[in-house]
Amino acid sequence: MNHEELTTPGMGGGLRDVVRSRFLLKLLVSKELKVRYRGSVLGILWSYVKPGVQFVVFWFALGVFLGMNRNTENYPIYLFSGIVLINFFSEALGNASRSIVGNGGLIKKIYLPRELFPVASVWVSGVHFLPQLVVLLAACLFSGWRPGLAEVAAAIAGFLIVALLATGLGLFFGAVNVYFRDSENFVDMLLMIATWASPVLYSWTMVRDEVAAPVLAVYQANPLTIAVELFHFAFWKPTTSAAVTDQAIAVPPDLLDFWLPIGLVTSVIVIILGQLTFRRLEGRFAQEL
Amino acid sequence: MTIAIEVRGVSKQFVLRHTRSIKEAFVWLMKGRKGDLSEKFHALADISLEVAQGETVALLGLNGSGKSTLLKHISGVMLPDSGSVRTRGRVAGLIEVGAGFHPDLSGRDNVYLNGAILGMTEEQIDERFESIIEFSEIGQFIDTEVKFYSSGMYLRLAFSVAVHTNPEVFLVDEILAVGDEPFQKKCLARIRELADAGTTLVVVSHDLDLVSTICDRGVLLDHGKIILDGPVDQVVARLRGAA
Repeated sequence: MNHEELTTPGMGGGLRDVVRSRFLLKLLVSKELKVRYRGSVLGILWSYVKPGVQFVVFWFALGVFLGMNRNTENYPIYLFSGIVLINFFSEALGNASRSIVGNGGLIKKIYLPRELFPVASVWVSGVHFLPQLVVLLAACLFSGWRPGLAEVAAAIAGFLIVALLATGLGLFFGAVNVYFRDSENFVDMLLMIATWASPVLYSWTMVRDEVAAPVLAVYQANPLTIAVELFHFAFWKPTTSAAVTDQAIAVPPDLLDFWLPIGLVTSVIVIILGQLTFRRLEGRFAQEL
Repeated sequence: MTIAIEVRGVSKQFVLRHTRSIKEAFVWLMKGRKGDLSEKFHALADISLEVAQGETVALLGLNGSGKSTLLKHISGVMLPDSGSVRTRGRVAGLIEVGAGFHPDLSGRDNVYLNGAILGMTEEQIDERFESIIEFSEIGQFIDTEVKFYSSGMYLRLAFSVAVHTNPEVFLVDEILAVGDEPFQKKCLARIRELADAGTTLVVVSHDLDLVSTICDRGVLLDHGKIILDGPVDQVVARLRGAA
């Protein structure tokens, strides 16, 4: 009745299988979106309220009290364009790291490409990123933002770097979390550092003025730093004026032709390493969960 | 004879881990790896088994004999420590009814989600949707959230999705006790229908009378080893004699 070859069950093709199971991925994502705000009055509005409150807190604490409003033109836009990206990263990586243990009941019983779960987590975070992007765009347009092709490309590249990075780290920590639950706590700590280790709340020149050149190089090679600066370039820089902001150092020099490729390559390396680790560890998921 | 499932020299050790944190593992390493960090036991010991296409096989044995572990190896959920498992065609497991059901989704959403988890494509689910609903007798409750279902309704819907996946190899673990008697009869009829249509069946159950009506061949496992492989009646008689 069929003449297929004998195959070894449970040997998946990794992330390629995720592409093949697009339909299941779509259903897992829509499940997460439906289940997320179940039983809450505000529902999807929470996706606006949370970053909104966070923004106001930072704006007061850093913009008003610490004086960032005075030395950075359009600081609210500077701040928000970084925050939305870091929020996306935090949610994606945090949920991806918990996704394998969280879906343990299923993974123990039915074989399916397990990479689906971290990827679905990142995808869901991408959907939650959209409303924040809409708010950001509205604020930018209000401040006289007129993007060119380079700006749009930079924004897409920034998003891509963060999405790849979160998927790669999510695969890694999600798999390790099955064996050591310390992993998710480690990720929480990492995410706390991530907000401060990239120029979200302050400007990169403050780092440049304080640290030695090698340290600055490491700081700038951080894919998150690159992605955040790409967002600054795309959303904040066009709203500034040459009279107030020094256009040469508003975002780091060589951002597009040097740092952007570095960020992309780093993220791709991370995703490859994450996938390799995942493949090595997934064989024993069913018995360790 | 075409082989549907080929299990060759499969062994599986389980680790009964004492430690779950990096701290304890670190302390153990620092103490010069004294003592065993973990205890091991053989769940499967050098199992070899061939199942031809269209055969109906019952895996029998007492609790802890390795039946479910073997089934998990055939489905690909677990990978063997040594030896190899190979299968032909699509394998679908009814390892546990309703794994993958989400209580907060409606019956309809769960049919799609669970169908996709069991390997069906969107078109296949669309095509079989009516038939799935009809078989489950859920009727108008299909758009109600599954958490409001009675346990019988829940199981009926889950079973209905599973039997509509039309795999080449169908693995069934301890799920034949679903719903009330008329529904059980319907399930058995459906399983026999699948078997008659040439689907390879591997069933794990403690209900010996029931498996002997469905399956032709019995495989008796004890402490991870196959101790008898033959006609199901003979194997059931042996198991009853031993117990």
